[in-house]
Amino acid sequence: MMLCLGSVGLVLLALTVQNGHGAPDSAGWNGKDTTERNYYTRYHNMAEISDWMEKMKRENPDVVSSMVYGQTYEERNITLLKIGLNSTKRKKAIWMDCGIHAREWIAPAFCQYFVKEILQRYKTDTKVKEMMKNLDFYVTPVLNVDGYIYSWLNNSTRLWRKSRSPGPVGCTCYGTDLNRNFYANWGTVGVSTNCCAETYCGTKALSEPEARAVTDMLGKMSGDILAFLTIHSYSQLILVPYGHPNISAPNYNELMEVGLGAAKAIKAVHGMDYTVGTSPDILYPNSGSSRDYARLIGIPLSFTFELRDKGEYGFKLPEDQIQPACEEAYAGVQHIITYAHDKAFYSSAATVTTTLWTTVMTAWVFSATLL
Amino acid sequence: METGELNPNYYPARRAAAVVQHYLNTRYGSPYRWMFLGNVHNASSEDVTEGRKYQLELTIQEMISNVSGPCSAELLFPGAGTPQVQASCDWLLPNNTRAQEEAFYQQHRDSHNLVSGDRIPDSYGHMEPTMKPFWHLGGVASSFIMLEQSNQSTLYNMAQVANFTQLETEKDQLRFQYHVLLHEMVSQEIIHWKMLITWSPAEGVKVLQTDLQPKCNCEDPPDSIN
Repeated sequence: MMLCLGSVGLVLLALTVQNGHGAPDSAGWNGKDTTERNYYTRYHNMAEISDWMEKMKRENPDVVSSMVYGQTYEERNITLLKIGLNSTKRKKAIWMDCGIHAREWIAPAFCQYFVKEILQRYKTDTKVKEMMKNLDFYVTPVLNVDGYIYSWLNNSTRLWRKSRSPGPVGCTCYGTDLNRNFYANWGTVGVSTNCCAETYCGTKALSEPEARAVTDMLGKMSGDILAFLTIHSYSQLILVPYGHPNISAPNYNELMEVGLGAAKAIKAVHGMDYTVGTSPDILYPNSGSSRDYARLIGIPLSFTFELRDKGEYGFKLPEDQIQPACEEAYAGVQHIITYAHDKAFYSSAATVTTTLWTTVMTAWVFSATLL
Repeated sequence: METGELNPNYYPARRAAAVVQHYLNTRYGSPYRWMFLGNVHNASSEDVTEGRKYQLELTIQEMISNVSGPCSAELLFPGAGTPQVQASCDWLLPNNTRAQEEAFYQQHRDSHNLVSGDRIPDSYGHMEPTMKPFWHLGGVASSFIMLEQSNQSTLYNMAQVANFTQLETEKDQLRFQYHVLLHEMVSQEIIHWKMLITWSPAEGVKVLQTDLQPKCNCEDPPDSIN
C-alpha cells in the first residue's frame, strides 16, 4: 500500500504549495476545513491528483474504490473513482470524465470538487445519500493523462489540447484530439485530417488508447449508465447530442428540458449564464465526440459541460474562480443526476409533471427555441 | 444559411456579436477599458450584394468598471476582407476611466523606466496587479487583429500576452511591442501574433504593425516526465 504520503503529509504539502496562490484563509475555519478549502481552490498536477485519489479511498473506504481501466499512449494508468454505498445488487451508474483536453484545467479541478462534495453531503443530505445508495458514480478526474502532464511541463506547453501519441508516418506533429476520435460519425464534420491541427481526429476511429479505454469501459457497463457527463472548458455551455447538424437525438426534447433545468440551477448560484443546445446550433459541428458515442450506444442523458469563462481568461481561469465555477457546475450536474436518478427510481408521472413545469419556466426565462 | 430572424443563442448570431465586441474595443478600448460580449438579444441576417449583413441587439460588458449596457450594431461580412461594423452604445462614453488613464499615461510616458512583462496571465490565471493594465491593453490591441481576421467561421479570444516590451515614447504616444496568443474557437488553434502598438488617452490604441508568427511544428520527442 502507498504510505509515502499520509494525510499529514498531504496537509503539509498543501500548505507549502499554497504559497502565492489562492485566496487568503478566512478566520473562523478550523484547521481541517481550511486545508480542504485551500486544496480545492488550486490547480493540481497529475501526481497530486493521483495522491488525492488514494486519499479519497483511504478516508472513505466504505464508499470509494478505484479502477484502472486503460493505459495512455505513454503507458500511464487511466484511473476512475467509483463512489457509492456498497450493494450486493448490480447498480445503475452515473459517468463523469474530466480533462479529455489537456489545457482545460478547470475540468479536473471540478471532478475533484464534485467527489469532495458528494462525499461530504451524503452523510447529511438525504437526497445525496439516496443516490449513493441506488447509484455508483464513476468519476475520471483526468482522462488525457499524458496531455495533462505535458500541459504542466513549461510555459510553451500550457495550451496543449490533444493526446501525446506521435503523428502518422510523414508528420512530425504529436497528438490526436481525443474528443474527435470516438466511433460516432467519426471523421465527418468539425475535424481536421492534418495531424498538426488541434482537431486532428486520428488515423481512424479509436486509434487512441484513451478513447478505447472509455469505449471498453462503457461497453462493460452498458445498460447501467443513466447519465454521461464530460467536462470541458471554456464557453459556459451545456451541449446535447449530436455534433452532426443533420442528426437529431431521439430524446432531444428531454435533453433540452434537463439541460435548461441545469442551466437554471447554475444561474441561481452566481448569476452566470450557460447556453444550452446541440453543438452545431450553439458552438460548431463536430464528430467523434465521447458525448455522441455515449448517446449512440443508448445512454439517454449525455451532456458536455463547457465551464467558465467566456473568453476573458479562457483556459487560464484564475484560481480564485475555481470555487465559484465548481459551485455552479455542481448545481448543474446535480440537477441532471437527480433527474436521471428519479426517472429510474420513481414513477414517471411525477417526473413528467415536474419537468413539464420546469420546461415552461425555463423556456420563458431563456427564450430558447424548443423544437 | 438562415435568413431573417436568428436565434440569438445560436452560433451565427454569437460569432457576429463577438466581431462587434472586437470593433468596440478598437474604438473605445484602453488600459482601463476592455469590452466583452454579454448576451445577444435579437439578431437577423440577410444576403446582400457585398456579402452577408447582420443586425444585432446585444449587451456589452465593460470588464474593469463592471458596467453593462445595450448596443445596436450592423455588421457586414464581405466575401473577403475585414468585416465592417457600425455600432452604437450610447452609454459607452468617456467617463471616470479618464483619471486612471491619465495617471497611467503620465506614469509611463517618461522613458526612464521602460516596462516589460511576460506570461500574462500565467498558467494559473494569475498576474501581478501592475501588469493588469498591460493585459487589458494587449486585449484591446489584439482586437484589431481579431476584427480583421474574423469571418462567419471564426470566434476569437486573446488567450495570453506572451510578452510585451515598452519602447521609447514617440510623439506623445506610449509605444509597445506585444507578442500575443489568440485562441480561435472553431479550429481550436492558438495563433501567435506580434504587434507594434501605440496608446495615449487622446489618441486611443493604434496598431502600427502586425506580424503573424508561424506555427511551430517543431516538436521535440516527449520527455519521460511523470
